Amino acid sequence: MKPAAFDYVHCETLDEAAEMIAQTGDDARILAGGQSLVAMLNMRLATPTVLVDVMPAQDARKVAADNGTLKISAAVRQASLLDDPNLTSRNPLLAQMLPWVGHPQTRARGTLCGSVAHADPSAEIPLALAALDGTVILRRGRKRRSVKATDFFLGMMLTDKADDEMIEAVTFADVEQGTGTGFAEVGRRKGDFAIVACAALISPKRVRLAVGGVNDTPFVKDWDTLSPQDEGEALNALAWSLDARGDLHATARYRRDLVRHLGAKALKEARTCAD
Amino acid sequence: MRRLTATERHPVRFTLNGKPAEGTAHPRMLLSDFLRGVQGATGTHVGCEHGVCGACTVRIDGATARSCLTFAVQIEGAEIDTVEALAPAPGRLSVLQDAFRKHHALQCGFCTPGILMSLDTLLATEPRANAERIRDVLSGHLCRCTGYQPIVAAALDAAQTLREETDNA
Ligand SMILES: Cc1cc2nc3c(=O)[nH]c(=O)nc-3n(C[C@@H](O)[C@H](O)[C@H](O)COP(=O)(O)OP(=O)(O)OC[C@H]3O[C@@H](n4cnc5c(N)ncnc54)[C@H](O)[C@@H]3O)c2cc1C
Ligand code: FES
Ligand code: FES
Repeated sequence: MKPAAFDYVHCETLDEAAEMIAQTGDDARILAGGQSLVAMLNMRLATPTVLVDVMPAQDARKVAADNGTLKISAAVRQASLLDDPNLTSRNPLLAQMLPWVGHPQTRARGTLCGSVAHADPSAEIPLALAALDGTVILRRGRKRRSVKATDFFLGMMLTDKADDEMIEAVTFADVEQGTGTGFAEVGRRKGDFAIVACAALISPKRVRLAVGGVNDTPFVKDWDTLSPQDEGEALNALAWSLDARGDLHATARYRRDLVRHLGAKALKEARTCAD
Repeated sequence: MRRLTATERHPVRFTLNGKPAEGTAHPRMLLSDFLRGVQGATGTHVGCEHGVCGACTVRIDGATARSCLTFAVQIEGAEIDTVEALAPAPGRLSVLQDAFRKHHALQCGFCTPGILMSLDTLLATEPRANAERIRDVLSGHLCRCTGYQPIVAAALDAAQTLREETDNA
């Protein structure tokens, strides 16, 4: 299992990477942490002729607090964000979810933007982006546009990003004071992709549950209020409203059951830390 | 910006186990193949070549990573440590390696180089790592022989020995 031949482009700036992708289009791929892409190249599921390495770009390593959001540039690795001592106070949900993304050995290389670009239906970072009113900042050459997470994910590994665009950064809304957060996931083994994952946010104004691993894209459900007595019924209705399907890893019925159980678990954790 | 063409071999200069090293590689050459085939450092094993088994784990600039998911041309200027770096001298084992032997933490040894790199890195940064932390790091590796229990026991034992060594130093 070896990749097909490609030219390797080492970029020192985001400008260079964006320019290269804009010129080369669908023959080129951005190489970020390589934790999904190189596996696909090795299996020849992808055969680009140019790889544009964005990791050497110094200006792509920024994590910036920006207008009530956390803005994360293309070359920020999952492990380096997780090591940030301020992450838990700024964004407790991201801090809860990142340890579930693969293993220490993959987080040391993998990026947040790469996971968003890859758009696996079971991935935690796209789920966090949807739960936290995130946006994706796209670039075609020097032109930028910003897309809401809920509009960005279109299907399984399918996004609104065109072949000649790159993701420059993603932003996650800060979790406000008084909002409780919770996260629960079931996978085959620790570090595997989720079979189902649920992220909860509870504020005085709203109860939110985001569900990954069931539909082809992260699903976000909001309630104005949700009392613990009504919760069981609401979660059951949510489970049936989703497009649960059976595959090698789980039956549709088991997935619905996980939505009910993990939803309750995540909501309980969020309620506990909101109090 | 540097563009390395697909059809040529390109020079790669880096540090391998503390010593300057160099070689040439096509862009598509994986770091795992470069280490084994070009550098002759065959201690790093290759199992799945898609990031799942962990046999190929090495240290890149101090952090553990899959060498099968990295290209040789990406490590220009980097510091790479492989399992060959662990033993302090020929014929002597590191504390962790010795604990592996004592606890039978390997049978066929295929997974061992990667696991040693991950646990060596953990114990260097977290000398007080408990069984839970050790298992978290081990989750990135597959071992078909041991059932993992002896590996955890070896790592805990090594952690204690290393702590005693530093306390008495
Ligand atoms: C053993 C193992 C376990 C894993 N477990 C999980 C898990 O539990 N949950 C999970 O979510 N993920 C998991 N992953 C995948 C995760 O580790 C990857 O980090 C992530 O999916 C991709 O990020 P990356 O930076 O490695 O991107 P790459 O692999 O470099 O790229 C992935 C794709 O995104 C594109 N891309 C990357 N960056 C950009 C950009 N800035 N602009 C445009 N396109 C871009 C690439 O061209 C490619 O198509 C696992 C991986 C492995 C090997
Ligand atoms: S060979 Fe690299 S993880 Fe299996
Ligand atoms: S010792 Fe044989 S696979 Fe681990």
